[in-house]
Amino acid sequence: MEKKIGVYICTGCGIGDSLDIERLSKVATEEFNVPICKTHAFLCGEEGLRLIKEDINKEGVNTVLIAGCSPRVNWDVFNFGTNIIVERANIREMVVWSHPPGEDTQELAEDYLRMGIARAEKVEIPEGYMPEEEYNKTILVVGGGISGMTAALEAAKANYQVVIVEKQAKLGGWAAKWAKQFPKHPPYQMLEDTGISSKIKEVEANSNIKVYTSTTVKKVEGQPGAFNVILSQNGKEEGIKVGSIILATGWKPYDPTRLEHLGYGRCSNVITNIQMEEMAAEGRITRPSDGRPAESVVFIQCAGQRDPEHLPYCSSVCCLVSLKQAMYVRERNPNAKVYIIYRDMRTPGQYEMFYKKAQDDENIFLTKGDIVGVTEDGDKSVIVEVDNTLLGEKISIKADLVVLATGMVSTLEGIPNTIEEVYAQYGLTGEEEVAKIKEVIASKPQPWEGVLNLDYRQGPEVPFLQSSSLKKLSDFPDSNFICFPYESRRTGIYVAGCVRQPMDMDAAIKDATGAALKAIQCMELESRGRTVHPRSLDLSYPIFFLQRCTQCKRCTMECPFSALEEDEKGTPKPNLFRCRRCGICMGACPERIIGFKDYNVDIISSMIKAINVPYEDEEPKFRILCFACENDAYPALDMAGINHLSYDVSLRVIPVRCLGSVNMVFISDALSRGIDGILLLGCVLGDDYQCHFVRGSELANYRLGKVGETLQRLALEAERVHMEQVTITDYYKLPKIINEFVEKVKEIGANPFKGF
Amino acid sequence: MAGEKAVSETVLVVGGGMSGVTAAVEIAEVGYDVIIVEKRPYLGGRVVQLYQYFPKLCPPLCGMEINYRRIKSNPRIKVFTLAEVQGISGQEGNFDVTIKINPRYVNTNCTACGKCVDACPIERPSEFDYGLGNTKAIYLPYEMSFPMKYVIDDKYCDKCGKCVEACPYNAIDLNEAPKDFTVKVASIVWATGWRPYDATKMDNLGFGQYKNVITNVMMERLAAPNGPTKGKIVRPSDNGSIESVAFVQCAGSRDENHLPFCSAICCLASMKQATYVREQYPTAKIYIFYIDLRPFGRFEEFYNRVKQDENVFFIKGKVAKVTENPNTKKITVEAEDILSGVKTRKEVDLVVLATGMEPTTRGEKLPFEAMCDDLGFLVSDLQRPGIYPAGCVRMPMDVMTCVKDATAAALKAIQSIVRR
Repeated sequence: MEKKIGVYICTGCGIGDSLDIERLSKVATEEFNVPICKTHAFLCGEEGLRLIKEDINKEGVNTVLIAGCSPRVNWDVFNFGTNIIVERANIREMVVWSHPPGEDTQELAEDYLRMGIARAEKVEIPEGYMPEEEYNKTILVVGGGISGMTAALEAAKANYQVVIVEKQAKLGGWAAKWAKQFPKHPPYQMLEDTGISSKIKEVEANSNIKVYTSTTVKKVEGQPGAFNVILSQNGKEEGIKVGSIILATGWKPYDPTRLEHLGYGRCSNVITNIQMEEMAAEGRITRPSDGRPAESVVFIQCAGQRDPEHLPYCSSVCCLVSLKQAMYVRERNPNAKVYIIYRDMRTPGQYEMFYKKAQDDENIFLTKGDIVGVTEDGDKSVIVEVDNTLLGEKISIKADLVVLATGMVSTLEGIPNTIEEVYAQYGLTGEEEVAKIKEVIASKPQPWEGVLNLDYRQGPEVPFLQSSSLKKLSDFPDSNFICFPYESRRTGIYVAGCVRQPMDMDAAIKDATGAALKAIQCMELESRGRTVHPRSLDLSYPIFFLQRCTQCKRCTMECPFSALEEDEKGTPKPNLFRCRRCGICMGACPERIIGFKDYNVDIISSMIKAINVPYEDEEPKFRILCFACENDAYPALDMAGINHLSYDVSLRVIPVRCLGSVNMVFISDALSRGIDGILLLGCVLGDDYQCHFVRGSELANYRLGKVGETLQRLALEAERVHMEQVTITDYYKLPKIINEFVEKVKEIGANPFKGF
Repeated sequence: MAGEKAVSETVLVVGGGMSGVTAAVEIAEVGYDVIIVEKRPYLGGRVVQLYQYFPKLCPPLCGMEINYRRIKSNPRIKVFTLAEVQGISGQEGNFDVTIKINPRYVNTNCTACGKCVDACPIERPSEFDYGLGNTKAIYLPYEMSFPMKYVIDDKYCDKCGKCVEACPYNAIDLNEAPKDFTVKVASIVWATGWRPYDATKMDNLGFGQYKNVITNVMMERLAAPNGPTKGKIVRPSDNGSIESVAFVQCAGSRDENHLPFCSAICCLASMKQATYVREQYPTAKIYIFYIDLRPFGRFEEFYNRVKQDENVFFIKGKVAKVTENPNTKKITVEAEDILSGVKTRKEVDLVVLATGMEPTTRGEKLPFEAMCDDLGFLVSDLQRPGIYPAGCVRMPMDVMTCVKDATAAALKAIQSIVRR
């Protein structure tokens, strides 16, 4: 596209009062020979917009640069249709609202205008990545329990085709074994039917759903819209094509044989809550030792849970399950006695009403307490000794039956989900040659049974967070799980139900319905050339000039979403439907061969080059370049402006998609041009990371650790480049962070490359 | 509906908090039109008033910025703030909804330059800060307000006209009147959320009587950098520093005289707020009085982290009484320690009542025949077809669960469009 740039400088909101607008205009007209440069006191008003629209219509302006407020505001006002490029130079929040009028502020505004024009000259309109073959819109649901069946039905009701793969011979999962479920409807006191059998019938009758039972997923290759899935059914293999995947393989009970201290395996009448449920479903509550109906039952809560030796977490439902099972006992036998020994009763929300009902039953005795002994007497009755009770004394209960409220373990437990864990299983480090790695892996059968078995560069399963205390017990999916709980590091694959977190049936139904929405959404967005969260709707995509690739593999290793596979030599093979457009590959590539039409090395290098670096003055004028993550640090800088907080005027900010997209070449470019220091503002990294692309800020930090070499080559001090982790609300800390860095650079002295 | 295609392909989302915003963007990104109706002058709901989320201790605005950007980049979403649903008629696939827009008195010309605020002579207590601070009668709700437009509180504005004179952009119209209009929608997501239970109703806990007794939502504003104290946690009586804090759990919750249910998140919220205090005051002591601690699921780990702090004490016991020393303004909290059986008294600088979430539907007349339980929550599967409750209006839940719930409601709302 032949560009015709129009620069429009707004003088409102204090801009005209602070700056010499005529001088600013000359940057556009004289330095850059921009054909059209106009000013207006209220550019976002009707008249201002008319001015721009007239130039678009009559003068053929197709690239508009607004010098005024932040791009985070008036995005809707300065929108002239999809064919007109709109760029923004933020001279309001980042210049006049955060700096007092004067020569330095004028120079700052001029630099932002230069950087804006440089960007406007290079930017192209992205047209969206369209699939080469038809984008498949079938959903694969792995797991046929309550979550899997719900996800399938809800997607089918929205007219999507669904395939369910269930490992067992029948649909239904654990909940199919339950006699009843705890109350879901007001007044939240009556046990309810689980609804599982009608759900199974509904699934089986739905023409949009195809069910494979006794089937596992042997392998998944490809990408959203074109996943090739190999199913294994009784040793027979079948290949299917799907567009997106919902992982709903659920949970397994914690191994009760590890609970010998609570009598399991040692006392014949100590059972788990699962065994209790199975008995109730068969219509009896009896002692395993002699089949006699149980007249007294003790429930031991948190059995092997909230315990660093067992499950460190709480399984969320066991208090309610025991209350439900207490009802089974009480409904069956009006004289039966129930004892529930808990640490904390956890009956959130309306479930409190159910707890209340149990409290009102005088034959249900509830107390906090610590179990100090579980033994068996001559007639196989169980003696439970409890200390620290609410009665203030140690008590001993003789019961016919003891039920251990054991917890839920994710079905992903023990399955390697990263490539490093896979290598470890084979005694490899990953440093070996590709051929050697392949040989070792092919030499023996896979030592674990995977769930998805993704044929991905970075490992076979969806990465989960693994905090130190939970160790191998998988935690939430590796994502910003509070605000965006469906996101994972595997695009088009969504996790639902107890596989990711213990939850009750109502929560699993909601979770699965949401996952179905996300699976549908991914297919709808991508098939229209757009990307998914967090850059939802973005049309740009990375373009690789592979002729110059040196097979260093940094991009394939660093992509947080495993979007890049490798060929035999190690050349990246992009799977763009796995890509989230963060630009981390662009930041990784030492050859600078990866970029987007509207965001690439050339654009950013041009912006850096556009900064005027004065060198003739006797007192050196410092210039500090700042790369700010556009998701958090840039809004924080905006908010500093809105609050009129002032910081050092030598700072020039370039927003980046993610700090991980900052290529180290930007650093050497800037320093060799005489920029005195470089500040990188990115998101918090580590266990509680806030990076929207999971690994971006961490990678930036890692790469900076290695930038010393470049600086050494330039004979520059390492302290000239610095990274800070900031949150979006750290705006009030920014002046201090910025000023301290600038002071440090000033102490080091001016960059000797100035003027070269 | 069977056999018919929906007349409208638009979904109405009522409520612009975490649940409503999530439902809206999720629906629009599938490719349907959405209208968000929010009663307040801005989006973001209660979460944007929080300082941090548990368990990551990260700022809510971080995720909200992404959601706002999703709205900004999606022309399918229309946002109406200061708006209320007046009436709903019709049925699934073809609802007629009357929406009333209350005057903002500030039009789209507003550039958020802030000149009006300097000119305005009137102050009002800030709702955003739960009355802990003031704003002018014309104000920007918060730095990241969506929309980024000022608003006038007509309960306080006396129409002196000084802001009109000060505004260079002709953006203020003091005579703006409310407007009504009708939209056609296929389905409705009802996500009007919750409000903090009115703590003045518990006369034994001293709220409203003693300045140094605050609620948990107020504590969030005290800790927030954009709050009335710029993030410094102080005693409201004298802005003095803090040596000790007592958290009173289940303040009005699990209580038949108040909210009989459990709000599910208050234990975790108090643990989180304990970390706020501990970060600012290295020697401060924290006492958390509870009935049962309920950091459900994986949040147990967060509890373990807080428990490791030797200055945080968990005391099992319901607080019976709260009294003030009129001279020092210190507060004595009285409870029976259930485990030791002895009465405990703790004199502290600040008492935080962990008040619960009352659904906004409790005791309110809704513009449709709603199925509420006795507690005031909308029962999700008993509503009339095409109306889907989501988030804390359905049951008390944490942020992550709200997002999941809203995403689920998004699919149900879409099914109402595609159902044939």
